[in-house]
Amino acid sequence: MNWLDYVVLITTMAGIAAYGVWRTRGRRDLNTYLKGRRDTPWLVIGLSVMATQASAITFISTPGQGYESGLGFVQNYFGAPFALILIAAVFLPIYQRLNVYTAYEFLGKRFDPKTRLLGAGLFLLQRGIGAGITIYAPAIVLSTVMGWRLDLTIVCSGFLVIAYTVAGGSEAVSLTQKYQFAVILAGMVTALCVLLTKLPAGLTFTDALTLAGGFHKLKAVDFSVNVRERYTFWSGLLGGFFLALSYFGTDQSQVQRYISGSSVRESRLGLMFNAVCKIPMQFLILFLGALLFVFYQFEQPPLFFNQAAWKQAAAKTGGEHLRSLETGFAEAFAGKREHLQNWLDARHAGNPAVEAAARAAALAAHDRSEAIRAEAKKAMATVKSSDADYVFITFILRHLPHGIIGLLISVFFAATLSSKAGELNALGSTTIVDFYRHVIKRDGDDAHYVIASKCFTIFWGLVAIAFALFANMTENLIQASNIVGSIFYGVVLGLFLVAFFLKRVGGTAVFWASVTAQILVFVLYFNLSISYLWYNIIGCVACVLFSLVLQAILGASRPSPNPVT
Amino acid sequence: MKPSEPRDATRLPDEATGVPYLRSWRGIYFVVFGSFLLWVGLLALLTRMFS
Repeated sequence: MNWLDYVVLITTMAGIAAYGVWRTRGRRDLNTYLKGRRDTPWLVIGLSVMATQASAITFISTPGQGYESGLGFVQNYFGAPFALILIAAVFLPIYQRLNVYTAYEFLGKRFDPKTRLLGAGLFLLQRGIGAGITIYAPAIVLSTVMGWRLDLTIVCSGFLVIAYTVAGGSEAVSLTQKYQFAVILAGMVTALCVLLTKLPAGLTFTDALTLAGGFHKLKAVDFSVNVRERYTFWSGLLGGFFLALSYFGTDQSQVQRYISGSSVRESRLGLMFNAVCKIPMQFLILFLGALLFVFYQFEQPPLFFNQAAWKQAAAKTGGEHLRSLETGFAEAFAGKREHLQNWLDARHAGNPAVEAAARAAALAAHDRSEAIRAEAKKAMATVKSSDADYVFITFILRHLPHGIIGLLISVFFAATLSSKAGELNALGSTTIVDFYRHVIKRDGDDAHYVIASKCFTIFWGLVAIAFALFANMTENLIQASNIVGSIFYGVVLGLFLVAFFLKRVGGTAVFWASVTAQILVFVLYFNLSISYLWYNIIGCVACVLFSLVLQAILGASRPSPNPVT
Repeated sequence: MKPSEPRDATRLPDEATGVPYLRSWRGIYFVVFGSFLLWVGLLALLTRMFS
């Protein structure tokens, strides 16, 4: 990065945050602080929901996912449109009618205080961990590549988001997310356009697709029925449906974004905006990764994308092995490139037999270079974070012009800040509404609770920063956050489904059913090797079934004094 | 501070969509479902053609 890049980065980030604080100055009552002014139009809600979900992990890690494994990850989102329809039709009207601050307040009205605290507690635990990942993930990649100090990167981005979230509350979050998402969109479209111009002259778009497909990067939909396969149409539709239903329907970081709508109509349209845009957005980000793969078939990629760690290791004693791997990789790349050219020439000449033979030779050469890469990864096994997370940022720093680099780094920070702000706002709200006001101090006035909300928001921001400072990541980042979510979301969703649809189940039965189901999910996670998406279904179904069984044992429940559904 | 209370004791009426040509929410949900089918179809076609 040069001075131009830093100007773009600092101006964009600080400008948006300062604007958010300025626009929301003087907000004093708790209702406005937690829910905004209830005049948010559907497009801002839609962008806010999208920005809260799409953190920097999405934009740093997902292209790397596309580069390494192809488009299959898009199936993860197949269930989302159906989940969002169900939320718009059933969950949202109930939240709006009850005028709740948090989703867990609804559980208290439907069941009892202990169930409310359980739901809120599970959310705080899961989202508290998630908030740490959200801030750690981009920080480790950026600090490694830029040479910034990791602790300073974490602390600076953490404190910036704490500042404007605490100052302006929910309204500041929505306002800043609108502009941050505009930055994200501009940056990603720019990256895609520049990447297309960087492909070799003479390589048509169809050629690029043929190459990507030949190396299995375009297998977007897998209809096989295999529970061990991480991403299939069925795991994405079913498991993804439950994951999305729980995340968008019961996670306060999302609920808070859409209950701020001026009406049910505006909130619903905001959710439908996401239902329509979610799949194409994820596809485009993964497709960027697949195109990066094609680019790196003609431009030699680094053997190990985390070059800072690689150079450090190569300079140490024993580094000769790494340097010999680099030499072998360069030779394998040169050989593969020759076969690729033969493949394309045969394709243009319309010679299928020669094309098939050249393709087979290119694939064999690719396997040889991948074997060298695997050896390199094994040698670098002690490095935190997956090498795939450095693919996109390496491309940005080496191949994009200055100014555009600043814009793309702004994308990563904008995504970090936007999702972090939504999470902190939700963590603070849940703590104040479901714990502090409900259990500790019931008779405070608005001014007291606003100050307490700000204190709790700061507290959770500091917890996230502390977690990030001491975290140790081994899984690819985008998958790590989905795995953590899948472990908890199923049970929380089960809680809400019982609340909405099983009137005869009371608080005691659902409380103990949830605890048992959560323990079951933990046990299964550490003992089975199935796609993590299935734990959403397992947790949800277990919670519902256990609730029914326990209620049958306990006998008929007393009807709630205030029926809410 | 008052605990949150329902905005209205009775059920709120289902609101009009405000979207041209799609007056009911069911229609909007069908459009969403249709876009899902479109994208899955396109992705399946991409998979079939190039994998």
